Amino acid sequence: MDITIKNVRKTFADFPALTGVDLHIESGELIALLGPSGSGKTTLLRALAGLEPIDAGQILFGATDATNLSVQARKVGFVFQHYALFKHMTVAENIAFSLSVREGKTRPTSAEQKRRASELLELVQLKGLEKRYPAQLSGGQKQRVALARALAIEPRVLLLDEPFGALDAKVRKDLRRWLRELHDKTGVTTVFVTHDQEEALELADRVVVMSRGRIEQVGTTAEVYEQPATPFVFDFLGSVNLLAGEVQNGKLRLNGLSLPTDSQLSGPVDVYVRPHDLRLVEQTSDGLDARIISVQRTGPLVKAVAALAHDASKMDIELGHLDPMALALKPGTAVRLLPVSFGLFARTPHAEVQTLPDVVPNAVPEQRGDRARA
Amino acid sequence: MSILEDKSLQDPPAIPAIFHGGPLIQTNAAITEPAWVRWLLIAIALGFLSLFLLLPLAAVFTEALRDGFGTYLTALKEPDAYSALKLTLLAAAIAVPLNLVFGVAAAWCISKFEFRGKQLLISLIDLPFSVSPVVAGLVYVLIFGAQGWAGSWFAEHDIKVIFAVPGIALATIFVTFPFIARELIPLMQEQGTDDEQAALTLGATGFKTFWRVTLPNIKWGLLYGVLLCNARAFGEFGAVSVVSGHIRGQTNTLPLHIEILYNEYAFAAAFAVASLLAGLALITLLLKSLLEWRYADQLAASRRH
Repeated sequence: MDITIKNVRKTFADFPALTGVDLHIESGELIALLGPSGSGKTTLLRALAGLEPIDAGQILFGATDATNLSVQARKVGFVFQHYALFKHMTVAENIAFSLSVREGKTRPTSAEQKRRASELLELVQLKGLEKRYPAQLSGGQKQRVALARALAIEPRVLLLDEPFGALDAKVRKDLRRWLRELHDKTGVTTVFVTHDQEEALELADRVVVMSRGRIEQVGTTAEVYEQPATPFVFDFLGSVNLLAGEVQNGKLRLNGLSLPTDSQLSGPVDVYVRPHDLRLVEQTSDGLDARIISVQRTGPLVKAVAALAHDASKMDIELGHLDPMALALKPGTAVRLLPVSFGLFARTPHAEVQTLPDVVPNAVPEQRGDRARA
Repeated sequence: MSILEDKSLQDPPAIPAIFHGGPLIQTNAAITEPAWVRWLLIAIALGFLSLFLLLPLAAVFTEALRDGFGTYLTALKEPDAYSALKLTLLAAAIAVPLNLVFGVAAAWCISKFEFRGKQLLISLIDLPFSVSPVVAGLVYVLIFGAQGWAGSWFAEHDIKVIFAVPGIALATIFVTFPFIARELIPLMQEQGTDDEQAALTLGATGFKTFWRVTLPNIKWGLLYGVLLCNARAFGEFGAVSVVSGHIRGQTNTLPLHIEILYNEYAFAAAFAVASLLAGLALITLLLKSLLEWRYADQLAASRRH
């Protein structure tokens, strides 16, 4: 089922959570809504499910207008951040819940309900846990049960709110891979919310980067990472160095250094360079002179901070630990840096990229982030 | 990737044996007090408990049986005592279910929805806790009494409220108003609305969500609230005393009957009836313990997070 979102707006008290969002989601796609807290990603997800009424705009499921459809009628599978499994029901009862609440003749017999539950449990690789209570499951198992329960309604769309937020790193990785496989198997249109850029890039077909209730960029994982449309996207997807430059006649001038660019801009620009796109070059070639301040190795990466000779601004550098240049990185060494890939944006008053505060008075409890449940 | 490597499939760590079936108190010299301090503290706590809780309870039963079992039985068999018992049970039977419905509705409303005037409603629920029961009784006399605002209308239609069963029921309802709501509100606030929203996305109607998800979640808190409410309904003295009129055999509840007997120096009879009231309370407690024992597993499962 494809979904069309047209100019959706939502305001909590006087906090604008969604300020005109347009998005089209293809049938069978796996899409990530990525953004910092308060960017409106969860509100958008909840609006899709019908859990959050919207102030204006339209939500279409296929060709039918779902804007005013009740939560129940939307047939949307929703997996909550803290799973929201029913504590007093066994795993099998949880999964069969949607079948057992059907009205009258459409309700399957209890034998049929049990069969469906074990079928779904097999799909999420938890066969044999039918009789357990949620309190007897690990985080990863709960997540799978929540998914199986959502799939039991044969949803038109599957919505996941921070699906891996409450799990530890190792479990998160396994579950991520598993979710991708499950999606490829079932083919249900899936939207998930995350604030973790790595998660979004690794799992999704397309990524929707959101900030302050707006969509900053929609694109494949390669597009948003390699051609960020706005400084915000550049900054949010990984770390970034900011340099002041100037574009003249198709050339970027950076303190004497001249680099070719196909940018249409002209005049003063902000140059965004990722740490791993700064290459260390020989003293004889063109580049920016700098001096290494500190070096730190984190796993397979060697991270260094260097101060530029001309304005003393600090640059982050990242090299693979097998890179021959990595050995030369010692505090105090003079180096020459060459940006091999960069983004250019018209100069704006330099301010830190700001995100809205986490705590939103009058927002729904899920957004206040003050509850810890498992 | 083999399933064995998949960390997300792992079972939760088993709970060490000391948490179920092990010694209740583990002694660890580094974090506990010396033995004499521990025993002193335990002795103080136990002494306090016996002096203020156990001793009075025992006294009621010994005093009741002082003149022998025969006198005890006669005091209980007396028609006035019997009718007082009946009236007490009736008042509780009216007040507890009404406050059950009201309490659940109020707690549901306060914990799951945002609306203007919520704080005012919470304060209103607490009103019976802060207002003296005697004042509450007087207010009912003022409204429903012969000279009261609504009294003449009821008198015209030949409905007796004050000095009759309806008045006693009303006073009991007022006094036991907050017990269930107060028990449920913090519980339901802590539980949040995720479970209910999950049920809605799974296609459950509002009523089914309440019946299948909300109610089981608050079951134990609700039971506890009902027991507290019931105990208070049995024992209420002040408000009921004002509205009842103390008509023997008609509008006397057990606490009122005990006071009358006591004032008449019929100590054995007074304590005999008191033991009856204490007995009712003990039965309530016993019932609660039985349920807790019977459903220990469920209780543990719903409390562990």
